[in-house]
Amino acid sequence: MIMTNQARPSGADIIASLKSARVGFVVAVPDIVTSEHLLWPISSDSDFRLVRLCKEDEGVSICTGLAFCNQRAVLMMQQTGLMDSLNVIRAVAVEYQQPICMIVGLQGKEPDRPASASAKYGVRIIEPVLDVMQIDRITIDAPEDVARLAPAIERAYALSRPLVALVGRTVA
Amino acid sequence: MAMRRDDCVRLIAQQRNEAVIVATYQAAFDLMRIAPHPLNYLSVGAMGQASSHALGLALGCPDRRIIVLDGDGSLLMNLGTLVTIAGAAPRNLIHFVCQNGCYEANGSHPLPNRDVDFAALARGAGIADATSFDDLATFEAALPALLRRPGPVFAALQVVPGDPSPQDYDAIHGAATRERFKAALHSPAIP
Repeated sequence: MIMTNQARPSGADIIASLKSARVGFVVAVPDIVTSEHLLWPISSDSDFRLVRLCKEDEGVSICTGLAFCNQRAVLMMQQTGLMDSLNVIRAVAVEYQQPICMIVGLQGKEPDRPASASAKYGVRIIEPVLDVMQIDRITIDAPEDVARLAPAIERAYALSRPLVALVGRTVA
Repeated sequence: MAMRRDDCVRLIAQQRNEAVIVATYQAAFDLMRIAPHPLNYLSVGAMGQASSHALGLALGCPDRRIIVLDGDGSLLMNLGTLVTIAGAAPRNLIHFVCQNGCYEANGSHPLPNRDVDFAALARGAGIADATSFDDLATFEAALPALLRRPGPVFAALQVVPGDPSPQDYDAIHGAATRERFKAALHSPAIP
């Protein structure tokens, strides 16, 4: 499948969605897909408390502690960090049924095709891995996709389930 | 010289004053035997993650003291946590590491190097208040001040096993433990 929409998702819109979903904490390892127009603006936005991580799996546990305190958070990382964190996600997010919301940049994904059709193995396997783990996911490849984010976060907290938002285009 | 871990756990539990205690592996089993409490946070899910759960709790509940009972093998699996904690600088977090030099829950095989200076690692990571204890009387005397000081505070405890504690993994991972903890955390009856 060839994707024709060349417009990129907006970082400002994603930030507005996070605020709409009452997310107060952002826990992050930098990712080049979301770096310039999402993580950097978040870092200077007083509506968020940014926790900078050394490694992504820390973030799953930090978000869990925050959830017990009724504080909403998102964990931002690249798909490599997601893969590196699968055991903690398996244990804490899935088996403990915690509302861990992850925004995952798909570094290297081609803009003209979906992740599942990527020529890159490391991109192509992400959605099947999430499906096997029965983790809810949305994709944010185009500006209009951002509208899915806030409802998905609300659902994750309402059902106490993990969520992965896959960002397939460099955020503008 | 080394202290019995269960003696250390008992002292800490006696002085918790309704603090949350996040505990992992053998320290968790000792805590469950010695001082069961609804504010014991036991479900850390995966090895190495106790201090990260504690950091989330400390940031999310800044008015409550959060105590971590970590293991040395566990901390080595998530050593970057020391830098993350130093960066976040929660004033309500106290991180104890029970240093026994081995993977006790998995057959007591030794760590790759048993002689790690964890307090030095913590200081190097940016946690200025980092000390070590290997004598119970000294630790007992220092503990009240340790628990009162603004965090992050770090202390490595040189320990040997005490009395055996049942390894109740079902309780640690069970939903009831987490539900009890969350109810207690938000209960007005528990300050």
